[in-house]
Amino acid sequence: MVKDKAAEDRLVIAGREYRSRLLVGTGKYRDYDETRRAVEASGAEIVTVAIRRLDLKAGEHQQLLDILPPDRYTLLPNTAGCYSAEEAVRTLRLARELLDDHTLVKLEVLGDSQTLFPNMPETLKAAETLVKEGFQVMVYCSDDPIQAKMLEDIGCIAIMPLASLIGSGMGILNPWNLRLILDQSKVPVLVDAGVGTASDATLSMELGCAGVLMNTAIAKADNPVLMAEAMKWGVIAGRQAYLAGRMPRRYYDAQPSSPTQGISPLL
Amino acid sequence: MQVQLNGEPHEFTTVPPTLANLIASLGFTGKRIAVERNGDIVPKSQYQVTQLNEHDRLEVIVAVGGG
Repeated sequence: MVKDKAAEDRLVIAGREYRSRLLVGTGKYRDYDETRRAVEASGAEIVTVAIRRLDLKAGEHQQLLDILPPDRYTLLPNTAGCYSAEEAVRTLRLARELLDDHTLVKLEVLGDSQTLFPNMPETLKAAETLVKEGFQVMVYCSDDPIQAKMLEDIGCIAIMPLASLIGSGMGILNPWNLRLILDQSKVPVLVDAGVGTASDATLSMELGCAGVLMNTAIAKADNPVLMAEAMKWGVIAGRQAYLAGRMPRRYYDAQPSSPTQGISPLL
Repeated sequence: MQVQLNGEPHEFTTVPPTLANLIASLGFTGKRIAVERNGDIVPKSQYQVTQLNEHDRLEVIVAVGGG
């Protein structure tokens, strides 16, 4: 029965079902070929992209969207690099035009270029405007349950607290706060930022997260394609362990795994 | 005619001076871009009929790798 539950398990985002609970970014790779191979190896179906000025000096070269066929991937344009609600809203309006009325977006409003910690007042402000304009907002936020609830109340469709600083690879620094957010949220909660290796992804999923979003942990591994696959299995392992329900912890009381009866005594 | 294109002065001689012709001169006809003119987004359907004026500020936007 649990096996069936795992087989039918789907992540639902904005009414669409996904088999993969790993969402990946497309930044920091050596080139678009490596990006494509890593994204493929990750099994991800939702892929983030950034919105930037066309580099006129670069001449005609391959565009990112050429390697991400829209029938295969759901694109998630982000607002990376935005430090105010106004900038973030503008960026996503441009993304909607660029991607032909695409409304599923990742909102992030940064507060500081050193830590890339979110500016939550501006994030809340931007979320309100975007939801009113019909965007489906997945939101990068601090792991503060009060503000996470505010974002959910505004109408964000996914809450995405940081596990640790963006690009830090420090893993989940405060699993207890994540649990508070998970316990209260009626929309999917995804860990966004901070994952360093596969066990971090597994732990996120064991806590009950609906998914994990990462970029640097894959792109800056020595072998990004292999790490992408490791992350795929890490997320699957964590999700299955969560669905299976772990045994209770017994702090002071060992329990033998082998029968205590029928031990043959020394004669 | 000179416009500001992605923050740089850009001279172009396409006739008529429509946004569609400017995009064609950049080699981006039919590519996935978004354009902002003097702070307002120009929908793709309007490229043909959007006449550019001297000193227009244009932003041509694409998707790039990001997390």
